[in-house]
Amino acid sequence: MKTPAISEEELHAYADGQLPASRAGEIAAWLEQDPAHAAELQQVRAWRAQNRALHAHYDPVLEEALPPRLAAAVLAGGEEYRRRDQGAAANAANAANSALWWRYAAMLLLTLAGGLGGWYLRDLSAGGNARTLVASAPVMLARQAAVAHTVFSADLRRPVEVGADQEQALVTWLSRRLGANVRAPKLAPLGYDLIGGRLLPGQSGPVAQFMYQDAAGQRLTLYVSRDQVQNHETGFRFAQEGRVNVFYWIDGQFGYALSGSLARPELSRIASSVYEQLAPVVATPAPAPAAPN
Amino acid sequence: MFGRKARLERQQRERQADEQAMLACLPRLRRYARALTGEREGADDLVQDTLERAWQKRDSWKRGTDMRPWLFAIMHNLHADQRRKPVLNTVELELEQAETIAAPAPASDQGLALDLEAALQALPAEQREVLLLVVLEEMRYEDVAVTLGIPTGTVMSRLSRARERLRHAMDGAGGLGGLGSAGSTLKVVK
Repeated sequence: MKTPAISEEELHAYADGQLPASRAGEIAAWLEQDPAHAAELQQVRAWRAQNRALHAHYDPVLEEALPPRLAAAVLAGGEEYRRRDQGAAANAANAANSALWWRYAAMLLLTLAGGLGGWYLRDLSAGGNARTLVASAPVMLARQAAVAHTVFSADLRRPVEVGADQEQALVTWLSRRLGANVRAPKLAPLGYDLIGGRLLPGQSGPVAQFMYQDAAGQRLTLYVSRDQVQNHETGFRFAQEGRVNVFYWIDGQFGYALSGSLARPELSRIASSVYEQLAPVVATPAPAPAAPN
Repeated sequence: MFGRKARLERQQRERQADEQAMLACLPRLRRYARALTGEREGADDLVQDTLERAWQKRDSWKRGTDMRPWLFAIMHNLHADQRRKPVLNTVELELEQAETIAAPAPASDQGLALDLEAALQALPAEQREVLLLVVLEEMRYEDVAVTLGIPTGTVMSRLSRARERLRHAMDGAGGLGGLGSAGSTLKVVK
């Protein structure tokens, strides 16, 4: 066989799989079939061994759970643009811009609130009234839950920290970390099995996330936080974040949010069941929230 | 009024698409940053800076093209800035704490892994960048050249030097067979 001229650059490209198949075939033959090319063959093998070692060492990073602050950086940037777009549109329409004032006020509040804040601004600049400001903390709960849902439910390999096979350990652990008894409601009758849970950072303390999955692989997450400062109760509320629907409610210090990419009626049905199961068993049970629709 | 609504809707679609594209790139940005900086927290800081800068420079991204090289170029520029203007080093203690939280590498590979990390970090940064984009990101040489803003010839010479130095460093670190010292331990099968 005629020996094609081979440069070092081509050897790199060969080792990295960047050559067209025909040329790669020629080089493979040139390397393998002539003992005079043993040095080049060894070099290519050493390079490929390096490639494999680098992948073996760093590919596990791909499987790590994404730090919430990075997902937050993506969404906060989008939010910034949303405000800008809407602001530009409002100016173009020459709207009387009292909404702007609310946006600034909200931004200030947010800065004070810190953390993942910033997102409930969407409600403000859409409607722009004082009621929204009061309602901001529950909205934040929904938004955080939706982000956590998006980040972790998409994780095929490691969606949870502790699997449902260790449910008791999971519940004990999360209860200890939240400093209160938390429970994973049973949703199997509704077709959703618990697959496990994890601990997440919330606004001012730990947050528990339980994940469920149905036979088709559709995932639901229940987000349980204990840092609701208002210490009051809300009925069911509904929020939508992109493709994620969220039902959420606050019960004393506890905030609950059930997130999933399911139709609102089905999610509502499941949320009702979760609510019933988690409602504290006390002498005077809290009134059931208004039936969601 | 109609035009305004349509424009807002289009902008919203684009924003959401951009968010999704960035989220999709996140794991790879983190992997590259980890290998580039050799530390966990510093790497995520670099990724976060990259995301923030990306939104600031969003207009410079050609919609419809692959977002990945654009993001990597931003990260490269930020990292180059950091190198030119050294800041306080991350406190070593934080790194150790982070490592204990992270799942440890399998014990049998630990020595090899440490040597690989040390050897990689011993490379000049511009060689490390090229090597990592080629090997981990599996970028074509031309794309590496565009991402780093250097000629393809420079990519090739840096790649060649990086591989050679890595090989020597690994050999020097104890001649771990199969990785750096393949030349002396592997026999050509005829």
